[in-house]
Amino acid sequence: MVPFDFAYYRPQSIVEAVTLFIELEQKGIQTLYYGGGTEIITLSRLGFVSTAAVIDIKAIPECRTLDADSDLLVLGAALSLTELEEANPFPLLTKAAKEVADRTARNQITLGGNLCGKIFYRETALALLVAEADIVIAGPNGFRQSRINDLFHQQLQLGRGEFVVQVKVRRSDVELPHFHRKRRKQGEVGYPLVTIAALKKGEAIHAAFSGICPFPFRSADVEAHLNDRSRLTAERIQTAVNAFPRPILHDIEGSADYRLFVAAQLLEDALRELEETM
Amino acid sequence: MEKITKRELVLHVNGERRTVTARQADTLLFVLRSGLGLTGSKPGCLNGDCGACTVLVDGMPIKSCMMLAIETVGKEITTIEGLGGAPIQHAFVRHFAFQCGYCTPGFIMNAHALIERHPNADQATIQEWLESNICRCTSYQEIEAAVKEALEAKKVDI
Repeated sequence: MVPFDFAYYRPQSIVEAVTLFIELEQKGIQTLYYGGGTEIITLSRLGFVSTAAVIDIKAIPECRTLDADSDLLVLGAALSLTELEEANPFPLLTKAAKEVADRTARNQITLGGNLCGKIFYRETALALLVAEADIVIAGPNGFRQSRINDLFHQQLQLGRGEFVVQVKVRRSDVELPHFHRKRRKQGEVGYPLVTIAALKKGEAIHAAFSGICPFPFRSADVEAHLNDRSRLTAERIQTAVNAFPRPILHDIEGSADYRLFVAAQLLEDALRELEETM
Repeated sequence: MEKITKRELVLHVNGERRTVTARQADTLLFVLRSGLGLTGSKPGCLNGDCGACTVLVDGMPIKSCMMLAIETVGKEITTIEGLGGAPIQHAFVRHFAFQCGYCTPGFIMNAHALIERHPNADQATIQEWLESNICRCTSYQEIEAAVKEALEAKKVDI
């Protein structure tokens, strides 16, 4: 139950959505773009989100695109995670999506919603960070397209009135050797202690992480250590872990030391699996 | 763009056209129960965790505590009241797949969708789907047995 009122809008086009946002903001009406809505509804109930209007982007055709026919894989931001899983155009993204929440919730949770969520795990971002996907954004100043690695600093950096329309991944990258592992404190559903997504492009291993810090990250320093084949595997892993950004999460789900221990174990698994596929 | 917090919604529920006045911020669960008197869908965690409120929207299981009623305009909603003695309901009875019964409507709606959409579901798929619901009486063994029996019956039907 949402304990306050808001107005609901369902535009049929990008222009209509952005125009609506501008008009509402000009009237002083606080507005949020709305995808699956799961986070907005649950966090509203808890008092962590408030808004006077929502603009549902699910009826915008571009946000519902799933085009795997050209050199670029194009994924609309309003595709649900289960739609992505069932179509499976990008296996690493499928693995990341399948570990988010539970199956029924994923019928609602959208790709764009997971990327832009307030809940900081944002695990689909990991697959996009290692594949260096492009993000198409619409807003009051029109369209822009940027590499996710330039846009994602702890969270996606969106301007006022902007929303994610699509994600584009080079088709040549979606079948590259990859590794995905999520470790929870217990059970098969829930937030991670550590999630790692890695992808091997040429000789370089790209790796992105969630659950270790209060934000997902991909780090050039961490990858430099991980890819330093002049050192022993154990040294590569330890120096990579030492280079993780701070702070390391330390909470009831797991201590900071334990998360780093789990991360090191998973990196060992990742290196073993990816280097065997050379 | 006048400020209207309530709207008259026409919802298609269990094969009927139902008109209800609701806040635009009202969840589907709230409108089904308080607006339409369909109390089979249960409020549990109200946080998308327990699955007791699961209904079908265009045949897809949805946690109705996490969807706005206004989002379902133009879609087909099926609640436990609309199943009308589906095979999974009889399988639950035969396997005594409940104790207190509070989670049962949600489990049944989810399992019914699984059977309809994936009649050849393997063990991993069954587990993945059933993980969306929680039974605090821990009747999981019996629930899984009921789902498997209904899946087998569906295969025979096909």
